[in-house]
Amino acid sequence: MRFLTDRKRAQGLGSARTGTHEHWQMMISSAALVVLVPLFIFTFGSALGGTYEEVIAYYSRPFPAVIAALTLVVGVLHMMHEVQDAIVDYVHGVAGKMAFVAAGAVAWVIIATGLFALVKLAL
Amino acid sequence: MVEFTLPKNSRIRTGKTWPKPEGAKNVRKFQIYRWNPDDGENPRVDTYFLDMDKCGPMVLDALIKIKNEIDPTLTFRRSCREGICGSCAMNIDGANTLACIFGLDEVKGDTVKIYPLPHMPVVKDLIPDLTHFYAQHASIMPWLETKTNRPAKEWKQSIEDRKKLDGLYECVMCASCSTSCPSYWWNGDRYLGPAALLHAYRWIIDSRDEATGERLDELEDPFKLYRCHTIMNCAKTCPKGLNPAKAIAEIKKMMVERVA
Repeated sequence: MRFLTDRKRAQGLGSARTGTHEHWQMMISSAALVVLVPLFIFTFGSALGGTYEEVIAYYSRPFPAVIAALTLVVGVLHMMHEVQDAIVDYVHGVAGKMAFVAAGAVAWVIIATGLFALVKLAL
Repeated sequence: MVEFTLPKNSRIRTGKTWPKPEGAKNVRKFQIYRWNPDDGENPRVDTYFLDMDKCGPMVLDALIKIKNEIDPTLTFRRSCREGICGSCAMNIDGANTLACIFGLDEVKGDTVKIYPLPHMPVVKDLIPDLTHFYAQHASIMPWLETKTNRPAKEWKQSIEDRKKLDGLYECVMCASCSTSCPSYWWNGDRYLGPAALLHAYRWIIDSRDEATGERLDELEDPFKLYRCHTIMNCAKTCPKGLNPAKAIAEIKKMMVERVA
């Protein structure tokens, strides 16, 4: 039994004075994805179904490679923030913190692997 | 962690079915959530039948008739019976609203289903425990904060600035919005919820208030403010037709204006 007042419970540890940066980041990445996703679909669609040599040649060109890289980085980071938001919503305590870190780690591994693959294709 | 099933002592069972009124031709069925903390039993849903030819038009009229004429143990809050006090907020036909201004003719289907506001501790029957909800409201400092010396007569406000409070000051703190918000269900202990945030914005936007920065500082928190995901249940359910989601979006815009 803890004899806390209702106001004390509502105040908790007070404001963390953070969250706006993440919110603003999500707004920017959302706007960026509106442009990037159609461009990625267009460029990826052009390469789809091609032979190995044709795809290598296509992604050696700067425009498709840069669009793919940007879509990968912005898209995965956007998705990571969304997943982390869902984790904060639904999973609490130690499990929540571990899931939060794991989501971040998985996202960065996907980004690193994807960029490595793109560099190999492009160079 | 989110719980997807109710604990054993919260599972709702079928309750008592009260007899139909004799000789009535226009009968309507009411299924009402009942729970008494003193009898140690699980919640139940009791069934009542009312002669609609002898009942007022609103859901609150029906509840009062049931309490007066059928079952005096039925417990619910009510006061003004005209949508001003916010006391009779409950879940009617699947949506949170005020029983006093929700017409029985607005209920789809023959059966009127009435439950307490969702995801709140229940005190008894249709009465939720709003202690934390009210404490959260108090935490946003719902009063005029000034640093300038008090004027001789009054704090003046232009007509244009006064208009900015329309759609905000009308909130009666019935808790329909907050208790319809999934973010508030999962994180109600830390997320302030649509009602408290609408009130916070009402004071942030008030031209006479001199604590705008401090108010925004207090709200800038991943839980207090940023649990809102613009689900819009609050705006859909508000019995006064207000839009708490818009107020929250305006707060977020002001937060961004401070940093970008």
